Amino acid sequence: MIMTTMQTDDVLTVKGLKAYYKMGYFGIEREVRAVDDVTMSIRRNEIYGIAGESSSGKTSLIKTFAAAIRPPLQIVGGSMTYRFGDKIIDPYAATKAQVDAIRWKNMSYIMQGSMSVLNPVRKIRRAFRDFALRPMGLNERQFWLAVSQHLERLNLPERVLNSYPHELSGGMRQRVTIALATVCRPQFIIADEPTTALDVVVQKDVLAMIRDVQREIGSSVVFVTHDMSVHANIADRIGIVYAGRLVEEGPTRTLFTAPRHPYTAHLVASLPRIGDLSKKPSLDGRPPNLADPPKGCRFHPRCPMAVAKCATEVPPMETIGPDHRSACWRADEVRPLTTLGKPQEARV
Amino acid sequence: MTALLDVKSVSKEFSSGGILSREKVKAVVDVSFTLRDDTPEIFTIIGESGSGKTTLARMILGLEVPTNGDILFDNQGARERRGRAARLAFMKRVQPVFQNPFEAFNPLKQVDRYLVSTARALLGATTEDEIDKAMDDALQKVGLSLAEIKGRYAHELSGGQLQRVAIARALIPNPALLIADEPVSMVDASLRMSIVNLLRDLRDTYGVSVIYITHDLATAYYISDRLIIMQRGHVVEMGPARAVLEAPEHPYSQLLRASILSVDDAGMGNLKPADRTLAEAAWNDTGTGQLVERPDGRMVRRAIVSSPFTADA
Ligand SMILES: Nc1ncnc2c1ncn2[C@@H]1O[C@H](COP(=O)(O)OP(=O)(O)OP(=O)(O)O)[C@@H](O)[C@H]1O
Ligand SMILES: Nc1ncnc2c1ncn2[C@@H]1O[C@H](COP(=O)(O)OP(=O)(O)OP(=O)(O)O)[C@@H](O)[C@H]1O
Ligand SMILES: [Mg+2]
Ligand SMILES: [Mg+2]
Repeated sequence: MIMTTMQTDDVLTVKGLKAYYKMGYFGIEREVRAVDDVTMSIRRNEIYGIAGESSSGKTSLIKTFAAAIRPPLQIVGGSMTYRFGDKIIDPYAATKAQVDAIRWKNMSYIMQGSMSVLNPVRKIRRAFRDFALRPMGLNERQFWLAVSQHLERLNLPERVLNSYPHELSGGMRQRVTIALATVCRPQFIIADEPTTALDVVVQKDVLAMIRDVQREIGSSVVFVTHDMSVHANIADRIGIVYAGRLVEEGPTRTLFTAPRHPYTAHLVASLPRIGDLSKKPSLDGRPPNLADPPKGCRFHPRCPMAVAKCATEVPPMETIGPDHRSACWRADEVRPLTTLGKPQEARV
Repeated sequence: MTALLDVKSVSKEFSSGGILSREKVKAVVDVSFTLRDDTPEIFTIIGESGSGKTTLARMILGLEVPTNGDILFDNQGARERRGRAARLAFMKRVQPVFQNPFEAFNPLKQVDRYLVSTARALLGATTEDEIDKAMDDALQKVGLSLAEIKGRYAHELSGGQLQRVAIARALIPNPALLIADEPVSMVDASLRMSIVNLLRDLRDTYGVSVIYITHDLATAYYISDRLIIMQRGHVVEMGPARAVLEAPEHPYSQLLRASILSVDDAGMGNLKPADRTLAEAAWNDTGTGQLVERPDGRMVRRAIVSSPFTADA
């Protein structure tokens, strides 16, 4: 089938995607609507940040992207298409062999908590050999040189290659998995909370490396974290997820300076800082239960701006500015809760 | 005063790359500090990834034997805690919360089973009602309930939920010391604040001391009484948390402070790898130096002979 509509720079196109955890307990059906009606696309040569509170469905969403879902998580609606060069593939309609092929060749997925996926009885050297030697197409000597240069950028000593996973600290293992996922320079990288175990100095190195690797070949990175300061520094665009739905999307600076969804405004303003002991604005109420999410706008029970309509009608995701979409009935009235300080001079 | 915990010149050396390897790693080098038993406090450890924070925590928990030095808890060293009764008594008083909840929970075991076995072993709870109550009380303290997690497996919970379950488990025996190794790294800013506020309430309401290991300088600043900063196994700076974080003096501490990502630069593409020059230079000068104590209680590691950086400059 020829798809003439896809002459854009989009690598991943998702439309009305729904993925639920479906469980039956003693005959009672229960579903957790972790990904609900998400429409978005990821472009070539960009870092797309996905932000949102704990349990909002970030991991579920990108597992769906990675075609790495298994029961009880199921696709219940919508579509998803990848385009690598002139190859167009819907992983959920393709054969397993086809999916495996793009997984190996084009994609790389750093899972949340992935420092625990390293094989405990094998040295790190072995993981690199098994995983990266063939795809990189280098001879052994060149390969190990490339690997050690890559490790150095992540501030890891050479000795990690000769270590077993348990001999490394949490942050060292996290960096090893990042190194494994990036050393081959894949076209599409999905990273779920990849820097949670790192100190701020090393975190900076790692983020800079991911960014450089992405720029080198113009690949696409989907970067998931709840840490807004990481997004501020690495993402080109950000999508904000709340209770399984995408509620706002826009260029990074726009979301920080001119958010148009009350939840985004709150997220941006809630970061604690050193020297500041003031109480941060907190949201009333608890995160919603995704097995029984609020009607209408899912944010309405906690929203300071909610009106009657918000409780009954789901606000559609609408374009409200260049590259900027928001799903809020009162998007026009949303104002930032803080102003940013002066930026350092831009990179030359 | 008597010491709740006395860490005395503790070092740990590993051989890395298997038992037969000769490669040695100095994970912890000559670390000392004391927690008093009459003033519960939040004692924070921050520092470089791989600088020995988890190793130090594991030694305090008796899971790792120091190569040198002693660690006394309630005036007892690990060697004196022979036998099951002594070890159980120790575990009732000191409880861990580990770094990565995905590792801490076996994927094939329902998470509430961990709470059940802790309640059985350490609280001596026997009836189902007692156990359920102990679990629910602890879960309520972290903003969850037994109803929400009963029968669920680790992968069915989000990272944030899982970490709260891990903390709830540690709270079951009402410990005197909680060793929390990066308890908030997996959760968002608002949950993070609610968890560190919880740690503070535990200190203020129940007199629990907390050793809080973290990479998050903002929450460290917010809740800690004292803190130490580690680089390559060494403590490079130690003192009152706010004073140290507001005006760090060791070059590595200064580098840490300066590397906190700022949102002011949002979307400007200003990100660069960290500039380690000063911290490296200081390391070369003072790696073998010593911690010098000042009248205001702060300790900063410096070269033994002459210092390239002065405390009051
Ligand atoms: N296997 C599963 N079975 C049932 N429910 C699940 C399963 N995995 C996740 N969930 C639920 O789906 C919701 C979304 O979880 P998800 O892991 O996607 O959140 P997240 O945004 O990645 O959170 P975090 O920031 O804490 O990692 C949560 O309510 C979680 O409890
Ligand atoms: N069992 C072990 N065998 C060999 N080396 C080890 C072992 N455990 C830890 N190490 C080494 O000791 C050093 C300190 O590790 P540790 O886990 O204590 O660091 P950490 O400060 O907790 O780091 P992170 O912030 O990344 O968690 C590291 O260099 C690590 O490789
Ligand atoms: Mg997640
Ligand atoms: Mg650690």
